Amino acid sequence: MLNAQLFIYIIKRLIQAIPLLFLVSIISFFIIRLSPVDPLAELRINPSISQETLRAEEKRLGLDKPLIIQYGLWLKSFVKGDLGVSVTGEKVSDKLKERIPNTLLLTSVVIFLTWLVGIPLGIYAALNWKKPADRIMTILTSIGMAVPSFFFALLLLIFAVKTGWFPTGGLTCYDFSTYSPVHKILDVMHHLVLPVTVLFTLSLSGLQRQMRGNLLDVLGSDYVKFARAKGLSENKVVYKHALRNAINPMVTLLGFEFASLLSGAALTEYVFQYPGLGRLILEAVMKSDINLVMASLMMGTLMLILGNLIADILLKMVDPRVSVS
Amino acid sequence: MTDEKKKDSILRQIVRDKYSLWALIILLLLYLAIFFADFLAPYSKEFSDRHRAYAPPSKIFTIDENGKLSRPYTYNYKRYFDPDEFKITYKLDRSKKFYLNFFGRGEKYKFLGFIPMDRHLVTVEPEGRLFLLGTDINGRDVFSRILFGGRISLTIGFLALFISFPLGMLYGGISGYLGGFVDNIMMRISEAIMSIPSFYLLIILAAILPANMTSIQRFALIVVILALIGWAGFSRVVRGMVLSIKNQEFVQAAEAIGASKKRIIIKHLLPQTLSYVIVAMTLSVPSYILSESGLSFLGLGIQQPDASWGNMLKEAQEYVNILYRPWLLTPGFLIFIAVLSFNLIGDTIRDILDPKSKMR
Repeated sequence: MLNAQLFIYIIKRLIQAIPLLFLVSIISFFIIRLSPVDPLAELRINPSISQETLRAEEKRLGLDKPLIIQYGLWLKSFVKGDLGVSVTGEKVSDKLKERIPNTLLLTSVVIFLTWLVGIPLGIYAALNWKKPADRIMTILTSIGMAVPSFFFALLLLIFAVKTGWFPTGGLTCYDFSTYSPVHKILDVMHHLVLPVTVLFTLSLSGLQRQMRGNLLDVLGSDYVKFARAKGLSENKVVYKHALRNAINPMVTLLGFEFASLLSGAALTEYVFQYPGLGRLILEAVMKSDINLVMASLMMGTLMLILGNLIADILLKMVDPRVSVS
Repeated sequence: MTDEKKKDSILRQIVRDKYSLWALIILLLLYLAIFFADFLAPYSKEFSDRHRAYAPPSKIFTIDENGKLSRPYTYNYKRYFDPDEFKITYKLDRSKKFYLNFFGRGEKYKFLGFIPMDRHLVTVEPEGRLFLLGTDINGRDVFSRILFGGRISLTIGFLALFISFPLGMLYGGISGYLGGFVDNIMMRISEAIMSIPSFYLLIILAAILPANMTSIQRFALIVVILALIGWAGFSRVVRGMVLSIKNQEFVQAAEAIGASKKRIIIKHLLPQTLSYVIVAMTLSVPSYILSESGLSFLGLGIQQPDASWGNMLKEAQEYVNILYRPWLLTPGFLIFIAVLSFNLIGDTIRDILDPKSKMR
């Protein structure tokens, strides 16, 4: 019964996302076309691009037609899955296919770790409210929230160069393809350590504070007082009654966390030369690679919307009070 | 009257809190420093000594070679080229002392933009060079540029606030008050803007800026771009507040005497949201500072030869620089300190306005 309801809800939300994506595409299309740059200028300069490709692109984008029709043409080919060619002559869709999993890998590892560490630390701080441990954690999280991500990344880079313990960039070693499967996994993990550390520190601080605040709020509520008055053990009060209610709002934050990670990851990916979506869009912007910018912007938005949807679904699964309709 | 009392007590409570008092003092010092940058900086931000690129920080001595106390003096650095390792090293040239002068004459500048002056806090004798935090690739004094860069980095956030908040208030106010179809469309648009990852939007907006702009034009447009990122989420909160107050009697009374919609929104509804707006503004300053520095770090924000803390860090992107020229990293620490101070004050303000929240 609930599953059917949940299914309908998911379908509904997905349908709702379509006009949103449509609007985002209009906004970004016109922002990008505000600049007087010829979208194919870079392609024309590149000698390795054949005349046929150029002509096909001109036709696909309809550059001689008015802007509205250009948008229509772009939309049509986007829906069909044709994202055009990047300035280097590669297909944009291939580039995205290569980069998106990397960004998803980075962000999901970070979210997993922050929850694994942040929730217990938040609980611990709330239970030791205003004691030294809590004070120290508050100071540390203040620091964690104030460090600019790119600056922290630079500092870690110095560390990596000086000690030689960690690779200074990329996701894999140059001879990756010759490695055995186990070695491959270890290699990727080794490369992930530094970027994950940066993003982990940044999002951990926010998560720990939020968890602490939520639990403190719940601990002050009437039903917790009642549970205590009833003579329940402190463990039961905290872990059976208070915690469940304190965690639910955190699930909503998941979508928000994902959004800020996508943004934060862009700078971190840039410093560590990590082959993710954020660095892709940055490079595309700098090379004024219009097709690539537009496509990665849409993909980023799509990921954000899906992230929010997943957070909402999770919330419905853990909190029966939230109605599915 | 009550409003003034409230404001007074907020300030007093900030001062009473140990952390936020320190934060306030640090911020005051930073803002004073950038206000008097021309006087405090030994050099202007354009001054460059091409023969001393990447010179390390000057050493200041107060005890002379005979072990006696002396007026503070410094030695110049001399550049040596090591042909075996292809490395440039700097060594102190101990042949000539250069004494420091306090309140001495130096490069001319216009205090507050119109009072011509030439006194600086510290200057060094002619031919001497005083680089308190070393120099960058063009032989420009990092310390002076930090002071001038702070002018941009620490004010750009505030300027952006003065665009994004009125915009968000008006947008939320109109949307909430008119309701219905208009509200629906307006909220879908703000939702769409919020669903674009904000940093992606930021770099794309910065990238479409034409290259041939004066530095003032560029500064103004970066302010506008920063403002365009933050308003959407904020307008939704204002809309929610307007929705909850628009059916109250004072609004009905205004409608009954025939006040126009514009008047009701601006004179009656939006002032009610002001206390929230002020808090939200204070809390969002650090995020603007971080956005600007990130943007300039990538080379999309404030451009050379203008200084900002973000674009000064751009040079630290090279391994060689961060390993051998750590002084280039100082702007990063300053961004950190400024953001930390704003956050600490923000926490206290939140605590005061919502005593139930236990952020501390």
